Amino acid sequence: MNFEYFFRLFFSGLTRGSIYALLALGYTMVYGIIKLINFAHGEIYMIGAFTALIVAGALSLTGMPALAILVLASVVALVYSSMYGYTVEKIAYKPLRQAPRLSALIVAIGMSMFLQNYLLLAQTSNFLPFPDLLPEFSLPESWGGMVNGPQFLIFVTTAIIMVALTLLIKFTRMGKSMRATSQDKVMAALLGINVNRIISYTFIIGSFTAALGGILISSYTGQINYFIGFLAGIKAFVAAVLGGIGSIPGAVLGSIVLGMAESFAAGYISSVYEDVFAFVILVLILIFKPSGLLGKPEVQKV
Amino acid sequence: MLELRNVQTYYGNIKALKGIDITVNAGEIITLIGANGAGKSTTLMSICGIVPPREGSIRFKERELRGMDTDRIVGFGISQVPEGRHIFPHLTVRENLDMGAFLRRDKAEISRDIEYVYELFPILAERRNQAGGTLSGGEQQMLAISRALMARPTLLLLDEPSLGLAPLIVQQIFEIISQINRENGTTIFLVEQNAFQALKVANRGYVMETGTITMTDTAENLLNNEDVKRAYLGV
Repeated sequence: MNFEYFFRLFFSGLTRGSIYALLALGYTMVYGIIKLINFAHGEIYMIGAFTALIVAGALSLTGMPALAILVLASVVALVYSSMYGYTVEKIAYKPLRQAPRLSALIVAIGMSMFLQNYLLLAQTSNFLPFPDLLPEFSLPESWGGMVNGPQFLIFVTTAIIMVALTLLIKFTRMGKSMRATSQDKVMAALLGINVNRIISYTFIIGSFTAALGGILISSYTGQINYFIGFLAGIKAFVAAVLGGIGSIPGAVLGSIVLGMAESFAAGYISSVYEDVFAFVILVLILIFKPSGLLGKPEVQKV
Repeated sequence: MLELRNVQTYYGNIKALKGIDITVNAGEIITLIGANGAGKSTTLMSICGIVPPREGSIRFKERELRGMDTDRIVGFGISQVPEGRHIFPHLTVRENLDMGAFLRRDKAEISRDIEYVYELFPILAERRNQAGGTLSGGEQQMLAISRALMARPTLLLLDEPSLGLAPLIVQQIFEIISQINRENGTTIFLVEQNAFQALKVANRGYVMETGTITMTDTAENLLNNEDVKRAYLGV
């Protein structure tokens, strides 16, 4: 067995998994709070990448160093995309809060198509080159060839975000009120929690991490178009279901498992069917363990 | 302290409250009794703005509550223990209590109040690190009352606190309710199907039938009223 090849696939799987995790968090958190699969979530990822591209393009004319461009473009794109997520919730989902869940789901699909086509009209249908903004740095000799600088940067960034988010959810006042709201909205309101504000926070956080994923992967692969959010979004959704929708650690675990599975399947079986594996996993998990790897069955007493 | 005037609440096109008037004075225990589906829970949900009334007025300490969001109403000092307890199943007992004090910032006083509710219900102290969903029905009811107390309410709304509990626990819950009223001066609005127990602890009572108040009197008079006896006390 070729270990170098194995580890190369391993790290490539970890890179994919990290990006899925950044996206899957948004799906699972939004589902946890308002029981909605936000199909427009992948579009926020794509909008994050586009915004970073446009800002970086403008800044590169000023002749700034690449790192400064990366930081500035990312900050602008993250804030802009977070506001996008916030606004989508306010215009499209909030009016349907009391409506049947199917109506909100259909609106989410509509919102996804709307945003894709809006970007298609406003920008272009062609693939655009994305500037290589991630700093190239050399890793220790012994890692050579198996993992590269940008991949390493993607895992580290993802790991930092996951730790920060876990601390936020577990220990802060805002995190506790998010957990309470996801478990019982009426009771949360009766204790003085502003439920609308908690829902907005959820969309803002989810959009932030999705946009970060979009920026990272685009500067890694080097190209974007209006459609990149669709497949990434669907796969991250599969990852969230695999981990147990509504569970944050589940979303991370599901994403890593999915990223690895895709990478190994493409490397050892065939890369032609790369995208099929995600959906095979979805079908299997729905048949054998519909609550997902870490999904909790409801504990309820009457 | 709390005045409901001509309150009308709808679920879609169904009129659940057909213009009710209720007055609660500071320091009292009042009870609202009636059969299933009479509109008792809807009354409490209307006060808290969960199901906002379409007509009428709800005044609390000279403020109009109708049209306000629940989190603001609660901020004026109204706590509710809703029917079915609504414990957060995946939060621990301690975290459930912390959520009760969500609007408070006085850390030292909050930990004193936690000790106070642990004294009221020692079983909660034992179970402090257990998930709320793993408690028994009686323990959940104790936790629900304690969580409401953590807000230091001036008005405590209790919805069917005795529902589904063993007689011994019911006894204990009613004793605690009058103790809270005596010791802290908390005004209590108690909704019950267990009319006998409720009238025994209350000062005054209201009887509700299909969305209207049909009778109001002192608790003692209601206990001795022939109609009430026949319909609600099973005598």
